[in-house]
Amino acid sequence: MVTARDLIAEDIEAYLKLQENKSFLRFITCGSVDDGKSTLIGRLLYDSHLIYDDQLQTIEKDSKVSGTQGDKIDLALLVDGLAAEREQGITIDVAYRYFSTANRKFIVADTPGHEQYTRNMATGASTADLAILLIDARKSVQVQTRRHAFIVKLLGIRHVIVAVNKMDLVEHSRSRFRLIESDFQELSDKLGFDSVTLIPMSALNGDNVTTRSTAMAWYKGPTLLEALESADVDRAEEHSGFRLSVQWVNRPNLDFRGFCGTVAAGEVRPGDEVIAMPSGKRSKVKSIVTMDGEQPLAVTDQAITLTLEDEIDVSRGDVICGKDDPVDVSDQFAAHVIWMSDKKMLPGRQYRFKLNNQTVLGSVSELKYKVDVNTLAHEAAKTLDLNEIAMCNLSLARPVVFAPYAKNRRLGSFVIIDRLTNETVGAGMLDFSLRRAANIVWQDLDVGKAQRAAQKHQKPCVLWFTGLSGSGKSTIANLVEKKLFDRGRHTYTLDGDNVRHGLNKDLGFTDEDRVENIRRVSEVAKLMADSGLIILCAFISPFRAERQIARQTMADGEFIEVFVDTPLEVAEQRDVKGLYAKARRGEIKNFTGIDSEYQPPQHAELVLNTVELSAELAADAIIGYLDENGYLSNAL
Amino acid sequence: MSNLTHLDRLEAESIHIMREVVAECEKPVMLYSIGKDSSVMLHLALKAFYPSPPPFPLLHVDTTWKFREMIEFRDAVAKKYGLDLIVHINQDGVADKVGPFSHGSAVHTEIMKTQALKQALDAHGFDAAFGGARRDEDKSRAKERVFSFRSAQHRWDPKNQRPELWNIYNTRVAKGESMRVFPMSNWTELDIWQYIYRENIEIPSLYFAAERPVVQRDGVLIMVDDERMPLKNGEQPVHESVRFRTLGCYPLTGAVRSTATSLLDIIRETLLATTSERQGRVIDSDAGASMEQKKQEGYF
Repeated sequence: MVTARDLIAEDIEAYLKLQENKSFLRFITCGSVDDGKSTLIGRLLYDSHLIYDDQLQTIEKDSKVSGTQGDKIDLALLVDGLAAEREQGITIDVAYRYFSTANRKFIVADTPGHEQYTRNMATGASTADLAILLIDARKSVQVQTRRHAFIVKLLGIRHVIVAVNKMDLVEHSRSRFRLIESDFQELSDKLGFDSVTLIPMSALNGDNVTTRSTAMAWYKGPTLLEALESADVDRAEEHSGFRLSVQWVNRPNLDFRGFCGTVAAGEVRPGDEVIAMPSGKRSKVKSIVTMDGEQPLAVTDQAITLTLEDEIDVSRGDVICGKDDPVDVSDQFAAHVIWMSDKKMLPGRQYRFKLNNQTVLGSVSELKYKVDVNTLAHEAAKTLDLNEIAMCNLSLARPVVFAPYAKNRRLGSFVIIDRLTNETVGAGMLDFSLRRAANIVWQDLDVGKAQRAAQKHQKPCVLWFTGLSGSGKSTIANLVEKKLFDRGRHTYTLDGDNVRHGLNKDLGFTDEDRVENIRRVSEVAKLMADSGLIILCAFISPFRAERQIARQTMADGEFIEVFVDTPLEVAEQRDVKGLYAKARRGEIKNFTGIDSEYQPPQHAELVLNTVELSAELAADAIIGYLDENGYLSNAL
Repeated sequence: MSNLTHLDRLEAESIHIMREVVAECEKPVMLYSIGKDSSVMLHLALKAFYPSPPPFPLLHVDTTWKFREMIEFRDAVAKKYGLDLIVHINQDGVADKVGPFSHGSAVHTEIMKTQALKQALDAHGFDAAFGGARRDEDKSRAKERVFSFRSAQHRWDPKNQRPELWNIYNTRVAKGESMRVFPMSNWTELDIWQYIYRENIEIPSLYFAAERPVVQRDGVLIMVDDERMPLKNGEQPVHESVRFRTLGCYPLTGAVRSTATSLLDIIRETLLATTSERQGRVIDSDAGASMEQKKQEGYF
């Protein structure tokens, strides 16, 4: 028999060619130490010759001292020893181990220990295509087996190998194995995996792990290694329509615009017709560009660069799809959430959601129920604690392109990031879009925005005044409102001071509070616009991002950004309220322009320079803008 | 299952990680240490951003004790690909004449590598730094994230890492904080060599056997790369056919006797060594060296 070693020595080139065509499988092992998980992984590493001789010598020595297997090598020590948790006092949460056979390279996600089990298992499972569930032959299906199987299924793993271990302790009994098989069948029927393979084994003795067991001649199925090597983890993504979530736009010069990303589904060839979401713009694939020349084909999971025939606007977070079945866009979702932080998840609190190359503010709008991972029972809940799993409704600040997780793991998964600490506090899977906004407006309400606006003979809008303190925002807004009132229009002014005395009196002037201040004002303005009013908002609103959120809160064309452009020196000189003087003396902290930043608008609809324009003339300019753009016409 | 091989998949994952950094981080940099892993990492970057050059500079922390061939190789590579190469030397260390012979390896490494790296990262305000470390290299790396958070003091807190699921990476940091990013986390030593072979990636000549002047100290063959190396009484450099399995500061890097002069020879030698009974010890010291190397590079 020619071993790998012989081949390496004699014909290294042939060996490398052979290795080059290896396939790849990522799997997770689920079970506790008592089930013999460490022994099993140790056995796989040992039998695939991944153990260096010096490690082996150490293990042999350790086995005699602290091993549990008498004179035999304790393979569990191998894995535990490699993991280093004992030496360093670090609890390994998820450890990745690597081994390969002649045909396949494997990455094993191993989640040792009992602490944080749900969080760690979910992390390991998120990148795995197959799971090995360990069952102790003496105990059959346990509570923890249910928990493991549920999390595996939740994370979208469709292929399961059930390692019925410690068969040597039940006399290699065939009937015992059959009993466990039917126990597990009941569970898997409920969860619905695509493939389930049960293997009776003894990791300790190596029976049916890499070599066929003579003690269990009645078993005709594959050994564990055979099952791992031949597992066909064909994913639905590979056969669906093409999807490329754009990660980065490559623009080395004006003549080249490459859309870079990892193919989330399907395949693509030059000449294919595509549609970019959410814009819905269509084009054709011009080329698949690589350093090694243009390619005729790209497939799922490849990281590619595409160029298109037409100059259509596509940016990070957009998804380029095959022309016939574009992905959906939504801002309201039903989703499963796994909470991973010591700080409770609070429905209604704003978090950042990172999904599909986009980061969007949003919140859990409703916590439907949490799942008891041991019994799979649904329980009512108001908050979520660490390691809890729940079914929730999500509400995002703007629509995002997505696919349900069951159809596409890349396009349906998300992590939740704390806005203050930037920690990853949760993760989840999108189940479906709720499309709630559309439902409510069209089915539940007879009197809508259009009817309310028509009654008032105006087109609702928000005039958003931004600028430094003392720039003249409120003065100009006040004049504009008077002029509109005189013309019989229905208006309302929201300004920093009146809002901060009521609605937002719990907020200070830190960056986070400023953001929240603007978010609340935007939502109020949106309700007022819905009631048909013309709203004047006068807020310093120093950050571009929040003004952008305010803009996105409103319908297209409803948001008119008015930049009251007064230089800091001028505003400070005016200092109507004496605030600049106080800020300069250090009596006020976080004062915009002094020790807190002001980011001027880049694309304001109106820029009013108050050094050149009087307040009166500035107000007239705004009325002129409203007239010209049809906000004040009587006919609707 | 599609026909992507394991190398295709590893490559795709690394490219995805690199692009994510460029899309999300303000000022990334690639730590370039001139070894084979750095060569692979640079090759991946060239592929990820083609036809653009990698949109970040390369940073080499030069301890001033690197092999001369490494420095030549570094400069040739930077020139060939038109890369923005930043070379940082800890001038405080130079002023204090810090070196491995005078101060010992630990002090030398701390001042000329770890401190130097922090200086460079702080001076340029980099918020993300690519490193070529792999999870199979040593124990403490097995659990480190691909996107590994560092405090403003460059500290890694292994007990408080961000969960990392799917291919979604949380890149958010506050001002002063940063990320170390390891695009090759899931590669193994064998993958590296196979990829070098498949992609025909250039590596420094020090990996290939050649006649080099060496002395033997404490069982380790040290190359006499320049006149700064103090020879002990009776010590006489001899020319032997040797090569290096890892690259670093020449006084701290042991050579192995070898006649492997082609890439295939090297790969054969490496693979046989990893499964050999007699040469097991070489692996052991090698693994130790890579850990040492990473500590030197200030990853931890």
